[in-house]
Amino acid sequence: MNTRQLLISLWTMVVKEVRRFVRIWPQTLVPPSITMTMYFIIFGNLIGSRVGEMHGISYMSYIVPGLIMMSVITNSYSNVASSFFSNKFQRSVEEMMVSPMPNWVILAGFVIGGAARGLGVGLIVTVVSLFFTHLDLHHPFLTLMVVVMTALLFSIGGFINALLAKKFDDISIIPIFVLTPLTYLGGVFYSIDLLPEFWQKVTMINPILYMVNAFRYGILGISDIPVSGALIAIAAFIVAFWCLALWMLNRGKGIRS
Amino acid sequence: MAEPALSIRGLTKVYGNGFEALKGIDLDVEQGDFFALLGPNGAGKSTTLGIVCSLVQKTAGQVKIFGIDIDRDFAKAKYALGVVPQEFNFSQFEKVEDIVLTQAGYYGMPMKEAKPRCERLLKDLGLWDKRNGAARMLSGGMKRRLMIARALIHRPRLLILDEPTAGVDIELRRSMWEYMRRINEEEGTSIILTTHYLEEAESLCRNIAIINRGEIIKNTSMRGLLTELDTETFLLDLAEPLEAAPQVEGFEVERVDAHQLALSVRKGTDLNDAFQQLTRQGVRVLSMRNRANRLEELFVSMTSQPDAGSGIDSATSTPAKETAS
Repeated sequence: MNTRQLLISLWTMVVKEVRRFVRIWPQTLVPPSITMTMYFIIFGNLIGSRVGEMHGISYMSYIVPGLIMMSVITNSYSNVASSFFSNKFQRSVEEMMVSPMPNWVILAGFVIGGAARGLGVGLIVTVVSLFFTHLDLHHPFLTLMVVVMTALLFSIGGFINALLAKKFDDISIIPIFVLTPLTYLGGVFYSIDLLPEFWQKVTMINPILYMVNAFRYGILGISDIPVSGALIAIAAFIVAFWCLALWMLNRGKGIRS
Repeated sequence: MAEPALSIRGLTKVYGNGFEALKGIDLDVEQGDFFALLGPNGAGKSTTLGIVCSLVQKTAGQVKIFGIDIDRDFAKAKYALGVVPQEFNFSQFEKVEDIVLTQAGYYGMPMKEAKPRCERLLKDLGLWDKRNGAARMLSGGMKRRLMIARALIHRPRLLILDEPTAGVDIELRRSMWEYMRRINEEEGTSIILTTHYLEEAESLCRNIAIINRGEIIKNTSMRGLLTELDTETFLLDLAEPLEAAPQVEGFEVERVDAHQLALSVRKGTDLNDAFQQLTRQGVRVLSMRNRANRLEELFVSMTSQPDAGSGIDSATSTPAKETAS
Protein backbone atom coordinates (compact mmCIF):
# COMPACT_ATOMS: atom_id res chain seq x y z
CA MET A 1 0.00 0.00 0.00
CA ASN A 2 1.30 3.47 -0.74
CA THR A 3 1.25 6.25 1.88
CA ARG A 4 -2.09 7.65 0.71
CA GLN A 5 -3.73 4.23 0.85
CA LEU A 6 -2.27 3.63 4.30
CA LEU A 7 -3.69 6.94 5.53
CA ILE A 8 -7.12 6.15 4.04
CA SER A 9 -7.17 2.73 5.69
CA LEU A 10 -6.06 4.17 9.05
CA TRP A 11 -8.68 6.92 8.83
CA THR A 12 -11.31 4.28 7.98
CA MET A 13 -10.36 2.27 11.06
CA VAL A 14 -10.49 5.30 13.34
CA VAL A 15 -13.84 6.52 11.94
CA LYS A 16 -15.31 3.04 12.36
CA GLU A 17 -14.15 2.88 16.00
CA VAL A 18 -15.37 6.38 16.86
CA ARG A 19 -18.70 5.72 15.11
CA ARG A 20 -19.12 2.62 17.25
CA PHE A 21 -18.79 4.30 20.64
CA VAL A 22 -20.77 7.35 19.55
CA ARG A 23 -23.59 5.09 18.23
CA ILE A 24 -23.91 3.49 21.67
CA TRP A 25 -23.33 6.71 23.64
CA PRO A 26 -25.80 5.78 26.45
CA GLN A 27 -23.45 2.85 27.23
CA THR A 28 -20.12 4.54 26.56
CA LEU A 29 -20.29 8.25 27.33
CA VAL A 30 -23.11 8.75 29.83
CA PRO A 31 -22.37 6.19 32.61
CA PRO A 32 -18.82 7.39 33.39
CA SER A 33 -20.08 10.97 33.56
CA ILE A 34 -22.78 10.01 36.07
CA THR A 35 -20.37 7.90 38.15
CA MET A 36 -17.84 10.72 38.33
CA THR A 37 -20.55 13.24 39.26
CA MET A 38 -21.38 10.96 42.21
CA TYR A 39 -17.70 10.93 43.23
CA PHE A 40 -17.61 14.76 43.09
CA ILE A 41 -20.76 15.09 45.19
CA ILE A 42 -19.99 12.43 47.80
CA PHE A 43 -16.19 12.45 48.11
CA GLY A 44 -15.57 16.02 47.03
CA ASN A 45 -18.47 17.96 48.51
CA LEU A 46 -19.87 15.93 51.41
CA ILE A 47 -16.82 14.10 52.77
CA GLY A 48 -14.20 16.41 51.25
CA SER A 49 -15.41 19.43 53.22
CA ARG A 50 -14.50 17.55 56.45
CA VAL A 51 -11.14 16.32 55.10
CA GLY A 52 -9.87 19.84 54.60
CA GLU A 53 -6.84 20.58 52.45
CA MET A 54 -4.21 18.29 50.95
CA HIS A 55 -0.82 19.80 50.02
CA GLY A 56 -2.48 23.18 50.58
CA ILE A 57 -5.26 22.49 48.04
CA SER A 58 -8.96 21.83 48.71
CA TYR A 59 -9.78 18.11 48.73
CA MET A 60 -12.27 18.55 45.89
CA SER A 61 -9.61 20.11 43.64
CA TYR A 62 -7.09 17.48 44.76
CA ILE A 63 -9.19 14.51 43.61
CA VAL A 64 -10.33 16.00 40.27
CA PRO A 65 -7.14 15.09 38.28
CA GLY A 66 -7.20 11.55 39.68
CA LEU A 67 -10.85 11.06 38.78
CA ILE A 68 -10.31 12.38 35.26
CA MET A 69 -7.38 10.01 34.86
CA MET A 70 -9.43 7.12 36.25
CA SER A 71 -12.08 7.76 33.59
CA VAL A 72 -9.49 7.93 30.84
CA ILE A 73 -7.81 4.70 31.92
CA THR A 74 -10.95 2.58 32.28
CA ASN A 75 -12.66 3.90 29.14
CA SER A 76 -9.63 3.61 26.87
CA TYR A 77 -9.04 0.07 28.04
CA SER A 78 -12.60 -1.19 27.95
CA ASN A 79 -13.35 0.44 24.59
CA VAL A 80 -10.65 -1.45 22.74
CA ALA A 81 -11.15 -4.65 24.73
CA SER A 82 -14.87 -4.83 23.97
CA SER A 83 -14.65 -3.48 20.41
CA PHE A 84 -11.92 -5.84 19.26
CA PHE A 85 -13.43 -8.81 21.06
CA SER A 86 -16.82 -8.05 19.44
CA ASN A 87 -15.04 -8.03 16.09
CA LYS A 88 -13.58 -11.43 16.92
CA PHE A 89 -16.91 -12.73 18.18
CA GLN A 90 -18.85 -11.55 15.12
CA ARG A 91 -15.92 -12.58 12.89
CA SER A 92 -15.83 -9.12 11.37
CA VAL A 93 -12.12 -9.09 12.20
CA GLU A 94 -11.88 -11.22 9.03
CA GLU A 95 -12.84 -8.12 7.00
CA MET A 96 -9.58 -6.57 8.11
CA MET A 97 -7.51 -9.73 7.83
CA VAL A 98 -8.41 -10.39 4.18
CA SER A 99 -7.59 -6.80 3.24
CA PRO A 100 -4.07 -5.61 2.38
CA MET A 101 -3.99 -3.36 5.47
CA PRO A 102 -0.80 -3.97 7.47
CA ASN A 103 -1.26 -5.16 11.02
CA TRP A 104 0.19 -1.97 12.47
CA VAL A 105 -2.65 0.00 10.84
CA ILE A 106 -5.23 -2.34 12.38
CA LEU A 107 -3.59 -1.94 15.80
CA ALA A 108 -3.23 1.84 15.43
CA GLY A 109 -6.88 2.15 14.35
CA PHE A 110 -8.16 0.39 17.45
CA VAL A 111 -5.73 2.20 19.75
CA ILE A 112 -6.56 5.66 18.41
CA GLY A 113 -10.29 4.82 18.59
CA GLY A 114 -9.91 3.69 22.22
CA ALA A 115 -7.87 6.75 23.12
CA ALA A 116 -10.53 8.95 21.49
CA ARG A 117 -13.18 7.51 23.79
CA GLY A 118 -10.93 7.78 26.86
CA LEU A 119 -10.10 11.40 26.08
CA GLY A 120 -13.73 12.18 25.21
CA VAL A 121 -14.94 10.83 28.53
CA GLY A 122 -12.05 12.62 30.27
CA LEU A 123 -13.20 15.87 28.69
CA ILE A 124 -16.80 15.31 29.80
CA VAL A 125 -15.63 14.57 33.37
CA THR A 126 -13.46 17.72 33.31
CA VAL A 127 -16.46 19.82 32.28
CA VAL A 128 -18.58 18.22 35.04
CA SER A 129 -15.83 18.93 37.59
CA LEU A 130 -16.01 22.65 36.75
CA PHE A 131 -19.49 22.72 38.32
CA PHE A 132 -17.87 21.74 41.63
CA THR A 133 -14.47 23.46 41.65
CA HIS A 134 -12.19 25.82 39.82
CA LEU A 135 -9.17 24.39 37.97
CA ASP A 136 -5.98 26.34 37.20
CA LEU A 137 -3.99 24.57 34.55
CA HIS A 138 -0.35 24.88 35.66
CA HIS A 139 1.33 23.01 32.78
CA PRO A 140 -1.10 22.63 29.86
CA PHE A 141 1.30 20.86 27.49
CA LEU A 142 2.43 18.38 30.13
CA THR A 143 -1.19 17.73 31.13
CA LEU A 144 -2.14 17.00 27.53
CA MET A 145 0.91 14.82 26.96
CA VAL A 146 0.31 12.71 30.06
CA VAL A 147 -3.38 12.16 29.38
CA VAL A 148 -2.84 11.27 25.71
CA MET A 149 0.03 8.89 26.53
CA THR A 150 -2.02 7.22 29.26
CA ALA A 151 -5.01 6.82 26.93
CA LEU A 152 -2.78 5.23 24.27
CA LEU A 153 -1.10 2.92 26.77
CA PHE A 154 -4.35 1.54 28.16
CA SER A 155 -5.87 1.24 24.70
CA ILE A 156 -2.98 -1.04 23.73
CA GLY A 157 -3.52 -2.96 26.98
CA GLY A 158 -7.17 -3.46 26.08
CA PHE A 159 -6.17 -4.72 22.64
CA ILE A 160 -3.83 -7.35 24.10
CA ASN A 161 -6.57 -8.42 26.50
CA ALA A 162 -9.05 -8.82 23.63
CA LEU A 163 -6.58 -10.78 21.51
CA LEU A 164 -6.12 -13.28 24.33
CA ALA A 165 -9.79 -13.38 25.37
CA LYS A 166 -11.84 -16.42 24.41
CA LYS A 167 -15.14 -15.33 25.95
CA PHE A 168 -16.76 -12.08 27.07
CA ASP A 169 -15.87 -12.78 30.73
CA ASP A 170 -12.19 -12.63 29.80
CA ILE A 171 -12.38 -8.94 28.88
CA SER A 172 -13.85 -7.90 32.23
CA ILE A 173 -11.38 -9.75 34.48
CA ILE A 174 -8.46 -7.31 34.08
CA PRO A 175 -10.54 -4.11 34.53
CA ILE A 176 -12.28 -5.48 37.64
CA PHE A 177 -9.46 -7.33 39.38
CA VAL A 178 -6.39 -5.36 38.25
CA LEU A 179 -7.19 -1.88 36.93
CA THR A 180 -9.77 -0.84 39.51
CA PRO A 181 -7.68 -1.74 42.61
CA LEU A 182 -4.53 -0.21 41.09
CA THR A 183 -6.42 2.98 40.24
CA TYR A 184 -8.00 3.32 43.69
CA LEU A 185 -4.59 2.63 45.30
CA GLY A 186 -2.79 4.89 42.83
CA GLY A 187 -3.24 8.10 44.77
CA VAL A 188 -6.52 9.22 43.22
CA PHE A 189 -8.11 10.02 46.59
CA TYR A 190 -5.07 10.60 48.80
CA SER A 191 -1.43 11.66 48.86
CA ILE A 192 0.97 8.78 49.51
CA ASP A 193 2.49 10.95 52.27
CA LEU A 194 -0.49 9.81 54.37
CA LEU A 195 0.63 6.17 54.14
CA PRO A 196 3.07 4.48 56.56
CA GLU A 197 6.59 4.28 55.14
CA PHE A 198 6.31 0.60 54.21
CA TRP A 199 3.12 1.12 52.19
CA GLN A 200 4.60 4.18 50.52
CA LYS A 201 7.36 1.93 49.15
CA VAL A 202 4.83 -0.72 48.08
CA THR A 203 2.74 1.93 46.33
CA MET A 204 5.75 2.98 44.26
CA ILE A 205 5.46 -0.22 42.17
CA ASN A 206 1.96 0.79 41.06
CA PRO A 207 2.33 2.27 37.54
CA ILE A 208 -0.97 4.16 37.80
CA LEU A 209 0.45 6.21 40.69
CA TYR A 210 2.92 7.79 38.25
CA MET A 211 0.24 8.65 35.70
CA VAL A 212 -2.14 10.16 38.26
CA ASN A 213 0.63 12.21 39.85
CA ALA A 214 2.09 13.42 36.57
CA PHE A 215 -1.40 14.50 35.49
CA ARG A 216 -2.05 16.16 38.85
CA TYR A 217 1.23 17.99 38.51
CA GLY A 218 0.15 19.31 35.11
CA ILE A 219 -3.13 20.65 36.51
CA LEU A 220 -2.36 21.58 40.13
CA GLY A 221 1.43 21.81 40.12
CA ILE A 222 1.86 19.22 42.91
CA SER A 223 3.06 15.62 42.76
CA ASP A 224 4.17 12.82 45.11
CA ILE A 225 6.78 11.57 42.64
CA PRO A 226 9.27 13.03 40.12
CA VAL A 227 7.32 13.78 36.94
CA SER A 228 10.14 13.20 34.45
CA GLY A 229 10.49 9.60 35.67
CA ALA A 230 6.76 9.12 35.21
CA LEU A 231 6.88 10.31 31.60
CA ILE A 232 9.79 8.00 30.78
CA ALA A 233 8.01 5.07 32.42
CA ILE A 234 4.77 5.68 30.49
CA ALA A 235 6.66 6.03 27.19
CA ALA A 236 8.61 2.83 27.87
CA PHE A 237 5.40 0.94 28.64
CA ILE A 238 3.79 2.24 25.43
CA VAL A 239 6.70 1.00 23.32
CA ALA A 240 6.82 -2.38 25.09
CA PHE A 241 3.04 -2.96 24.89
CA TRP A 242 2.90 -1.82 21.26
CA CYS A 243 5.66 -4.25 20.27
CA LEU A 244 3.97 -7.08 22.18
CA ALA A 245 0.54 -6.38 20.62
CA LEU A 246 1.99 -6.17 17.11
CA TRP A 247 3.99 -9.34 17.58
CA MET A 248 0.86 -11.17 18.73
CA LEU A 249 -1.13 -9.79 15.80
CA ASN A 250 1.56 -10.81 13.31
CA ARG A 251 1.56 -14.30 14.80
CA GLY A 252 -2.22 -14.42 14.45
CA LYS A 253 -2.57 -15.04 18.18
CA GLY A 254 -6.23 -15.52 19.04
CA ILE A 255 -7.47 -14.76 15.52
CA ARG A 256 -5.92 -17.26 13.10
CA SER A 257 -6.06 -21.06 13.07
CA MET B 1 1.03 -17.70 -21.08
CA ALA B 2 -0.99 -15.86 -18.42
CA GLU B 3 -0.30 -16.77 -14.82
CA PRO B 4 -3.14 -18.79 -13.23
CA ALA B 5 -5.54 -16.80 -11.07
CA LEU B 6 -4.68 -19.22 -8.30
CA SER B 7 -1.84 -21.69 -8.17
CA ILE B 8 -1.38 -24.02 -5.21
CA ARG B 9 1.55 -26.41 -4.79
CA GLY B 10 2.06 -28.94 -2.02
CA LEU B 11 -0.30 -27.15 0.35
CA THR B 12 -0.33 -28.79 3.75
CA LYS B 13 -2.15 -27.88 6.93
CA VAL B 14 -1.72 -29.67 10.22
CA TYR B 15 -3.79 -28.21 13.07
CA GLY B 16 -2.48 -27.90 16.60
CA ASN B 17 -4.25 -31.12 17.63
CA GLY B 18 -2.32 -33.06 14.98
CA PHE B 19 -5.20 -33.29 12.52
CA GLU B 20 -3.90 -33.16 8.95
CA ALA B 21 -6.54 -31.14 7.11
CA LEU B 22 -4.60 -30.79 3.85
CA LYS B 23 -2.11 -33.36 2.60
CA GLY B 24 0.03 -31.49 0.10
CA ILE B 25 -2.59 -30.53 -2.50
CA ASP B 26 -1.86 -29.05 -5.94
CA LEU B 27 -4.45 -26.91 -7.72
CA ASP B 28 -4.57 -24.42 -10.60
CA VAL B 29 -7.44 -22.08 -11.43
CA GLU B 30 -7.00 -20.31 -14.74
CA GLN B 31 -7.78 -16.63 -15.27
CA GLY B 32 -11.43 -16.04 -16.18
CA ASP B 33 -12.47 -19.50 -15.02
CA PHE B 34 -15.61 -20.31 -13.05
CA PHE B 35 -14.22 -23.08 -10.89
CA ALA B 36 -16.01 -25.41 -8.47
CA LEU B 37 -14.20 -26.74 -5.41
CA LEU B 38 -16.40 -29.44 -4.00
CA GLY B 39 -16.11 -31.87 -1.15
CA PRO B 40 -18.04 -33.22 1.81
CA ASN B 41 -18.06 -31.36 5.12
CA GLY B 42 -14.61 -31.36 6.67
CA ALA B 43 -12.87 -32.35 3.43
CA GLY B 44 -10.53 -29.34 3.51
CA LYS B 45 -12.33 -26.80 1.28
CA SER B 46 -12.61 -24.07 3.88
CA THR B 47 -9.06 -24.70 5.10
CA THR B 48 -7.77 -24.30 1.55
CA LEU B 49 -9.71 -21.10 0.95
CA GLY B 50 -8.86 -19.86 4.47
CA ILE B 51 -5.14 -20.16 3.65
CA VAL B 52 -5.61 -18.39 0.30
CA CYS B 53 -7.25 -15.41 1.99
CA SER B 54 -5.00 -15.40 5.10
CA LEU B 55 -7.51 -16.53 7.70
CA VAL B 56 -5.63 -19.80 8.25
CA GLN B 57 -1.87 -20.24 8.51
CA LYS B 58 -0.47 -22.93 6.25
CA THR B 59 1.95 -25.55 7.51
CA ALA B 60 3.78 -25.97 4.19
CA GLY B 61 3.40 -25.38 0.48
CA GLN B 62 3.14 -22.47 -1.92
CA VAL B 63 0.17 -20.30 -2.90
CA LYS B 64 0.32 -17.81 -5.77
CA ILE B 65 -2.44 -15.39 -6.70
CA PHE B 66 -1.97 -14.12 -10.27
CA GLY B 67 1.67 -15.13 -9.94
CA ILE B 68 2.21 -13.31 -6.65
CA ASP B 69 3.57 -15.59 -3.94
CA ILE B 70 1.62 -14.90 -0.74
CA ASP B 71 4.78 -15.53 1.29
CA ARG B 72 6.55 -12.73 -0.58
CA ASP B 73 3.89 -10.03 -0.99
CA PHE B 74 0.57 -11.03 0.53
CA ALA B 75 -0.66 -7.42 0.61
CA LYS B 76 -0.31 -7.12 -3.19
CA ALA B 77 -1.97 -10.49 -3.71
CA LYS B 78 -4.88 -9.47 -1.48
CA TYR B 79 -5.77 -6.59 -3.82
CA ALA B 80 -6.69 -9.20 -6.42
CA LEU B 81 -8.82 -11.18 -4.02
CA GLY B 82 -12.46 -10.82 -2.93
CA VAL B 83 -13.93 -13.19 -0.38
CA VAL B 84 -17.51 -14.16 0.41
CA PRO B 85 -17.24 -16.48 3.39
CA GLN B 86 -19.56 -19.24 4.47
CA GLU B 87 -20.71 -17.49 7.64
CA PHE B 88 -21.83 -13.90 8.11
CA ASN B 89 -18.76 -11.97 9.20
CA PHE B 90 -19.77 -8.33 9.42
CA SER B 91 -20.83 -6.21 12.35
CA GLN B 92 -24.56 -6.74 12.68
CA PHE B 93 -24.96 -3.26 14.15
CA GLU B 94 -23.35 -1.31 11.31
CA LYS B 95 -25.38 0.21 8.50
CA VAL B 96 -25.38 -1.68 5.21
CA GLU B 97 -23.70 1.12 3.27
CA ASP B 98 -21.09 1.67 6.00
CA ILE B 99 -20.08 -2.00 5.88
CA VAL B 100 -19.32 -1.79 2.16
CA LEU B 101 -17.64 1.63 2.35
CA THR B 102 -15.52 0.60 5.33
CA GLN B 103 -14.25 -2.38 3.36
CA ALA B 104 -13.31 -0.02 0.52
CA GLY B 105 -11.39 2.06 3.05
CA TYR B 106 -9.46 -1.01 4.20
CA TYR B 107 -8.20 -1.30 0.61
CA GLY B 108 -7.17 2.35 0.61
CA MET B 109 -9.92 3.33 -1.85
CA PRO B 110 -10.78 7.05 -1.73
CA MET B 111 -14.35 7.85 -0.73
CA LYS B 112 -15.15 9.67 -3.98
CA GLU B 113 -14.35 6.45 -5.85
CA ALA B 114 -15.92 4.10 -3.32
CA LYS B 115 -19.29 5.87 -3.00
CA PRO B 116 -20.48 5.48 -6.63
CA ARG B 117 -19.10 1.93 -6.80
CA CYS B 118 -20.94 1.07 -3.58
CA GLU B 119 -24.16 2.56 -4.95
CA ARG B 120 -23.89 0.53 -8.13
CA LEU B 121 -23.22 -2.72 -6.28
CA LEU B 122 -26.03 -2.20 -3.77
CA LYS B 123 -28.44 -1.39 -6.61
CA ASP B 124 -27.32 -4.39 -8.67
CA LEU B 125 -27.82 -6.65 -5.67
CA GLY B 126 -31.16 -5.18 -4.64
CA LEU B 127 -29.91 -3.63 -1.38
CA TRP B 128 -29.99 0.07 -2.18
CA ASP B 129 -33.28 0.62 -0.33
CA LYS B 130 -31.75 -0.99 2.77
CA ARG B 131 -28.52 1.01 2.74
CA ASN B 132 -29.32 3.05 5.86
CA GLY B 133 -30.62 0.12 7.90
CA ALA B 134 -28.56 -1.95 10.35
CA ALA B 135 -27.25 -5.18 8.83
CA ARG B 136 -28.99 -7.25 11.50
CA MET B 137 -32.36 -6.20 10.07
CA LEU B 138 -31.65 -7.89 6.73
CA SER B 139 -33.00 -11.30 5.75
CA GLY B 140 -30.54 -14.20 5.32
CA GLY B 141 -30.50 -13.81 1.54
CA MET B 142 -29.88 -10.07 1.79
CA LYS B 143 -27.01 -10.65 4.19
CA ARG B 144 -25.41 -13.00 1.64
CA ARG B 145 -25.81 -10.36 -1.07
CA LEU B 146 -24.33 -7.76 1.24
CA MET B 147 -21.22 -9.93 1.59
CA ILE B 148 -21.00 -10.20 -2.22
CA ALA B 149 -21.23 -6.40 -2.55
CA ARG B 150 -18.55 -6.00 0.11
CA ALA B 151 -16.27 -8.52 -1.60
CA LEU B 152 -16.58 -6.76 -4.96
CA ILE B 153 -16.10 -3.18 -3.80
CA HIS B 154 -12.37 -3.09 -4.63
CA ARG B 155 -12.82 -4.76 -8.06
CA PRO B 156 -11.09 -8.07 -7.28
CA ARG B 157 -9.86 -10.20 -10.19
CA LEU B 158 -10.44 -13.41 -8.24
CA LEU B 159 -13.63 -13.90 -6.25
CA ILE B 160 -13.93 -16.70 -3.71
CA LEU B 161 -17.52 -17.71 -2.97
CA ASP B 162 -17.76 -20.13 -0.06
CA GLU B 163 -21.32 -21.48 -0.18
CA PRO B 164 -22.80 -18.13 -1.24
CA THR B 165 -26.35 -19.40 -1.66
CA ALA B 166 -26.68 -21.48 1.52
CA GLY B 167 -30.12 -20.94 3.00
CA VAL B 168 -31.27 -18.79 0.09
CA ASP B 169 -34.65 -19.48 -1.55
CA ILE B 170 -34.76 -20.84 -5.10
CA GLU B 171 -35.82 -17.63 -6.82
CA LEU B 172 -33.13 -15.58 -5.14
CA ARG B 173 -30.55 -18.30 -5.71
CA ARG B 174 -31.22 -18.18 -9.44
CA SER B 175 -30.92 -14.39 -9.53
CA MET B 176 -27.60 -14.69 -7.68
CA TRP B 177 -26.44 -17.25 -10.27
CA GLU B 178 -27.23 -14.78 -13.00
CA TYR B 179 -25.27 -12.09 -11.21
CA MET B 180 -22.24 -14.35 -10.70
CA ARG B 181 -22.38 -15.48 -14.31
CA ARG B 182 -22.48 -11.84 -15.40
CA ILE B 183 -19.43 -10.73 -13.42
CA ASN B 184 -17.55 -13.80 -14.66
CA GLU B 185 -18.44 -13.38 -18.34
CA GLU B 186 -18.72 -9.59 -18.69
CA GLU B 187 -16.11 -8.39 -16.22
CA GLY B 188 -13.76 -11.36 -16.56
CA THR B 189 -13.64 -12.00 -12.82
CA SER B 190 -12.26 -15.44 -12.05
CA ILE B 191 -14.51 -17.22 -9.57
CA ILE B 192 -13.94 -20.13 -7.21
CA LEU B 193 -17.16 -21.55 -5.85
CA THR B 194 -17.75 -24.04 -3.09
CA THR B 195 -21.28 -25.22 -2.65
CA HIS B 196 -23.38 -28.11 -1.45
CA TYR B 197 -25.91 -27.45 -4.21
CA LEU B 198 -24.36 -29.56 -6.93
CA GLU B 199 -26.89 -28.31 -9.44
CA GLU B 200 -25.39 -24.89 -8.83
CA ALA B 201 -21.87 -26.09 -9.57
CA GLU B 202 -23.02 -27.97 -12.66
CA SER B 203 -24.91 -24.97 -13.96
CA LEU B 204 -22.22 -22.34 -13.32
CA CYS B 205 -18.77 -23.88 -13.40
CA ARG B 206 -16.55 -24.86 -16.29
CA ASN B 207 -13.91 -26.69 -14.27
CA ILE B 208 -14.06 -28.62 -11.05
CA ALA B 209 -11.91 -30.13 -8.32
CA ILE B 210 -13.22 -32.55 -5.75
CA ILE B 211 -11.42 -32.65 -2.43
CA ASN B 212 -11.87 -35.39 0.11
CA ARG B 213 -10.04 -35.97 3.38
CA GLY B 214 -7.42 -33.36 2.56
CA GLU B 215 -6.62 -34.63 -0.94
CA ILE B 216 -7.72 -33.59 -4.41
CA ILE B 217 -9.33 -36.72 -5.82
CA LYS B 218 -10.53 -35.19 -9.09
CA ASN B 219 -9.49 -32.11 -11.04
CA THR B 220 -10.97 -31.81 -14.51
CA SER B 221 -13.47 -29.96 -16.68
CA MET B 222 -17.14 -30.17 -15.72
CA ARG B 223 -18.02 -31.61 -19.12
CA GLY B 224 -15.25 -34.20 -18.88
CA LEU B 225 -16.37 -35.22 -15.43
CA LEU B 226 -19.99 -35.66 -16.43
CA THR B 227 -19.02 -37.97 -19.29
CA GLU B 228 -17.57 -40.29 -16.64
CA LEU B 229 -21.03 -40.89 -15.29
CA ASP B 230 -21.84 -44.42 -16.47
CA THR B 231 -25.32 -44.80 -14.98
CA GLU B 232 -28.20 -42.36 -14.68
CA THR B 233 -31.41 -43.00 -12.82
CA PHE B 234 -34.73 -41.61 -14.05
CA LEU B 235 -38.00 -41.47 -12.18
CA LEU B 236 -41.00 -42.35 -14.33
CA ASP B 237 -44.46 -41.12 -13.33
CA LEU B 238 -47.10 -43.66 -14.37
CA ALA B 239 -50.62 -43.18 -15.67
CA GLU B 240 -51.99 -46.30 -13.90
CA PRO B 241 -50.86 -47.86 -10.61
CA LEU B 242 -48.64 -50.95 -10.67
CA GLU B 243 -48.51 -53.80 -8.16
CA ALA B 244 -44.94 -54.84 -9.04
CA ALA B 245 -41.99 -53.56 -11.06
CA PRO B 246 -42.14 -54.70 -14.70
CA GLN B 247 -39.26 -56.67 -16.23
CA VAL B 248 -37.36 -54.51 -18.73
CA GLU B 249 -34.52 -56.36 -20.40
CA GLY B 250 -31.17 -54.55 -20.31
CA PHE B 251 -32.32 -52.09 -17.63
CA GLU B 252 -32.69 -52.12 -13.87
CA VAL B 253 -36.19 -51.16 -12.77
CA GLU B 254 -37.29 -50.50 -9.21
CA ARG B 255 -40.83 -49.77 -8.04
CA VAL B 256 -40.74 -46.60 -5.94
CA ASP B 257 -44.49 -46.65 -5.26
CA ALA B 258 -47.66 -47.61 -7.13
CA HIS B 259 -47.37 -44.60 -9.42
CA GLN B 260 -43.62 -44.33 -9.85
CA LEU B 261 -40.72 -46.42 -11.19
CA ALA B 262 -36.99 -45.81 -10.99
CA LEU B 263 -35.21 -46.75 -14.23
CA SER B 264 -31.40 -47.09 -14.21
CA VAL B 265 -29.84 -46.49 -17.62
CA ARG B 266 -26.24 -47.37 -18.39
CA LYS B 267 -24.20 -45.02 -20.57
CA GLY B 268 -24.67 -45.81 -24.28
CA THR B 269 -27.93 -47.68 -23.78
CA ASP B 270 -30.82 -46.80 -26.09
CA LEU B 271 -33.56 -45.35 -23.91
CA ASN B 272 -36.16 -46.08 -26.63
CA ASP B 273 -35.72 -49.82 -25.88
CA ALA B 274 -36.96 -49.28 -22.37
CA PHE B 275 -40.04 -47.33 -23.51
CA GLN B 276 -40.88 -49.90 -26.18
CA GLN B 277 -40.75 -52.71 -23.62
CA LEU B 278 -42.83 -50.71 -21.16
CA THR B 279 -45.42 -49.90 -23.87
CA ARG B 280 -45.67 -53.59 -24.79
CA GLN B 281 -46.45 -54.37 -21.16
CA GLY B 282 -49.18 -51.72 -21.11
CA VAL B 283 -47.27 -49.33 -18.86
CA ARG B 284 -47.99 -45.72 -19.78
CA VAL B 285 -45.41 -43.11 -18.72
CA LEU B 286 -46.71 -39.58 -18.18
CA SER B 287 -43.43 -37.83 -17.35
CA MET B 288 -39.84 -38.50 -16.36
CA ARG B 289 -36.99 -36.70 -14.59
CA ASN B 290 -33.56 -37.41 -13.15
CA ARG B 291 -33.63 -38.94 -9.69
CA ALA B 292 -30.58 -36.90 -8.69
CA ASN B 293 -28.47 -34.26 -10.27
CA ARG B 294 -25.87 -35.96 -12.53
CA LEU B 295 -22.98 -34.33 -10.71
CA GLU B 296 -24.46 -35.41 -7.42
CA GLU B 297 -24.40 -39.07 -8.51
CA LEU B 298 -20.72 -38.79 -9.41
CA PHE B 299 -19.88 -36.81 -6.29
CA VAL B 300 -21.47 -39.36 -4.00
CA SER B 301 -19.79 -42.26 -5.74
CA MET B 302 -16.36 -40.59 -5.55
CA THR B 303 -16.45 -39.31 -2.01
CA SER B 304 -17.98 -42.42 -0.50
CA GLN B 305 -15.17 -44.72 -1.66
CA PRO B 306 -13.52 -46.08 1.48
CA ASP B 307 -10.02 -45.78 0.00
CA ALA B 308 -10.48 -42.23 -1.22
CA GLY B 309 -8.77 -40.86 1.84
CA SER B 310 -6.05 -42.16 4.05
CA GLY B 311 -6.85 -43.77 7.30
CA ILE B 312 -9.58 -41.52 8.63
CA ASP B 313 -12.83 -43.36 9.06
CA SER B 314 -15.25 -40.63 8.21
CA ALA B 315 -15.14 -37.51 6.10
CA THR B 316 -17.07 -35.75 8.82
CA SER B 317 -14.46 -36.46 11.48
CA THR B 318 -12.79 -33.08 11.00
CA PRO B 319 -12.59 -31.12 14.27
CA ALA B 320 -14.79 -28.09 14.73
CA LYS B 321 -11.66 -26.00 14.51
CA GLU B 322 -11.37 -26.53 10.79
CA THR B 323 -14.86 -25.41 9.92
CA ALA B 324 -14.44 -22.47 12.23
CA SER B 325 -11.31 -21.31 10.44
